[in-house]
Amino acid sequence: MIVQGIAFYVFAALLVASGVMVISARNPVHSVLYLVLAFFQAAGLCVLLGAEFIAMILVIVYVGAVAVLFLFVVMMLDINFRELRAGALQYLPIGGLIGLILLAELAAVLGGWIIAPAAEKAASAPMAAMSGATNTEQLGQLIYTHYVYLFQASGLVLLIAMIGAIVLTLRQREGVRKQNVGSQLARRREDVVAIRKVPTGEGV
Amino acid sequence: MEIGLGHYLTVSAIIFTLGVLGIFLNRKNVIIILMSIEMMLLAVNLNLVSFSVFLNDLVGQVFSMIILTVAAAEAAIGLAILVVYFRNRGSIRVEDINLMRG
Repeated sequence: MIVQGIAFYVFAALLVASGVMVISARNPVHSVLYLVLAFFQAAGLCVLLGAEFIAMILVIVYVGAVAVLFLFVVMMLDINFRELRAGALQYLPIGGLIGLILLAELAAVLGGWIIAPAAEKAASAPMAAMSGATNTEQLGQLIYTHYVYLFQASGLVLLIAMIGAIVLTLRQREGVRKQNVGSQLARRREDVVAIRKVPTGEGV
Repeated sequence: MEIGLGHYLTVSAIIFTLGVLGIFLNRKNVIIILMSIEMMLLAVNLNLVSFSVFLNDLVGQVFSMIILTVAAAEAAIGLAILVVYFRNRGSIRVEDINLMRG
């Protein structure tokens, strides 16, 4: 139990610290790397909670795909980031005020939180009924049966996102020479080679 | 001491607030704004997972996976829009984006 407490506080402290660094780092590349660190800490918290599948998905999706996408974009675009940072402190008072209000409201809600005794019975997919299976097996039993439409819908969301990203960034550039395999294969000898009879001593 | 639901909810509340603060602090840099949105979605995910575990209901984790999907789609579309905008304007200043306003 002590080990669990220590692990929670380490993960939570690193998560908050890297979250602070994400929004305050001068170089956006450093921001992305701190974001990766934050996602790793969140995955650690999920493992601590016993949600192993979500933890692994966090690492795979966020660290493996989203963060690398951010890194690509940050490095590809040639932007003067110093200029973008100018005047950032101008919004600190109002931002800090709103952040404090939000945190106070969340704390007020969380401080008064109690779990109703009837909530345990109202669970639509209680874990106790599926005890003996691992977390991944339980999730699989759920999303392939009761939540199959939701699962399909999330697949559709990903498909639309992929189509949208391709349509947005695809462009036809003028004046670019490319190999045209079709026209190369369609070339015939009669079209491109002419045989002339050249009489001797008269020139062409 | 016992690590309860309140501890996890506090951590995710702090992360959510940091995301909101990041949007305010980096008003000119769209990339940081997108990262702040990702952090807010991460906080929501942590909330859902911790409620799911402490209420013994697995549906929260299913919802968390759906939110993860939406977050990945949002990042892809957002960055694609950003690349197109940069290609057209040569900068990613948020103040210039309202030029299409009629």
